Amino acid sequence: MAHKYRVLYCLNQFFGGLGGEDKAYQPPQLHNGARGPGMLLEKLFPEIEIAATLVVGDNYLSEKTEEALREILALLTPCFAAAGEEKIHLLLAGPAFNAGRYGLACGAICQAVQEGFAIPAVTAMYPQNPAVAEYRKAVLIAKAGKDVMGMEEALRTMAALALKQLNGEELLPDQDNYISHGQRKNYFTKKPGAHRALDMLLQKLAGKEFHTEYIMPVFDRVQPAPPVRDIASARLALVTSGGIVPRGNPDRIEAASASRFGIYPLKGLSAFSSATHQTAHGGYDPTFANDDPNRVLPLDAVRELQSEGAFGSLHEFYYATVGNGTSVANAKKYGDEIAKLLLADGVQAVILTST
Amino acid sequence: MSKQIERAGIPVVHACSIVPISKTVGANRILPTIAIPHPFGAPNKSPEEEKKMRKELVKKALKALATPIDEQRVFSSEQKKRNLDCL
Repeated sequence: MAHKYRVLYCLNQFFGGLGGEDKAYQPPQLHNGARGPGMLLEKLFPEIEIAATLVVGDNYLSEKTEEALREILALLTPCFAAAGEEKIHLLLAGPAFNAGRYGLACGAICQAVQEGFAIPAVTAMYPQNPAVAEYRKAVLIAKAGKDVMGMEEALRTMAALALKQLNGEELLPDQDNYISHGQRKNYFTKKPGAHRALDMLLQKLAGKEFHTEYIMPVFDRVQPAPPVRDIASARLALVTSGGIVPRGNPDRIEAASASRFGIYPLKGLSAFSSATHQTAHGGYDPTFANDDPNRVLPLDAVRELQSEGAFGSLHEFYYATVGNGTSVANAKKYGDEIAKLLLADGVQAVILTST
Repeated sequence: MSKQIERAGIPVVHACSIVPISKTVGANRILPTIAIPHPFGAPNKSPEEEKKMRKELVKKALKALATPIDEQRVFSSEQKKRNLDCL
């Protein structure tokens, strides 16, 4: 009989089976045994037994991370205090795929638990998940696919990585399919560096494949644009990734992984209303935005401030997409296209709202 | 999107509720907002109060757009001008 590893498993409200966006403010809850993907995990890895599942709402953790973490640590303390057969060996969280809030939650919980209780904690995410940049150095993050289609593979990678870590085996990012911590390790080789560098150069000159021994990090940063000189005369534009579109969503912008953005008129419009606009976003509870779309893109307040002279004029269109699992490449493309239109109209400042 | 628009030379204020995501993605002027499903809304308040809060936030956004910065900055609600290290 294989040795059983007792695992604490963390899921969001969706994978934890509590509900969708309506349960996104769910405070942390601890359930006995496995739930959702935890059942598949136990099936794939008979040596793993899920002792308990922590379920927490995406918004609850993302909006007040520090308080939520304190609450979670307090909730988990009795579990980690258990000894003997009840002892918890490991914490697993996710996979979070390309979900930003879920990714932040998994990263934050893993970091807090490994620091607070000195037990290994492993999660899994899509490498472009925005939480990766935040937690890659502190937390072991197995590589996962973009969405839930990659569930089984991600669970396999994550659990295999965690068990290796638990057994003190050596881990390597390429071989174990996790996101590199960017650490360098000294080791002896038969070929000195000069030889290896020349080998690489020869491969490169011959147009053949070569692998650098130290990948340089890529920081995609933009120099802050100079501020608006005279806000009272400036031309302002509104952009949103919160999915505010005219009722009926005429461009059929997708609720997730949007493949386009929409350009919608503002001329003659003093405010959005539930009769004229709605949200197309599938990544948050739409109730509040559908009741009053100004809650996501504050056109009513912008118009009032315009009439009070707080800024000069408003660009006559607004731009909207759905920032829910949207790829970085697509978002970049939309940004470029929007920027061209704004420049052509002499726009000097942009308010971009996100949910 | 915020970065590409800013690359074109237009200052952008990114108004959002998950500041860590905005920071890691690399927005320069970040304005923390009320909540994820209603960044500019406060459904538990009276309509008048909610509108007032929304207007205040937009004013802060305009102020951020007129503020010179050398690096990423979160224009926090306490109006403390904290310079945050780029990640």
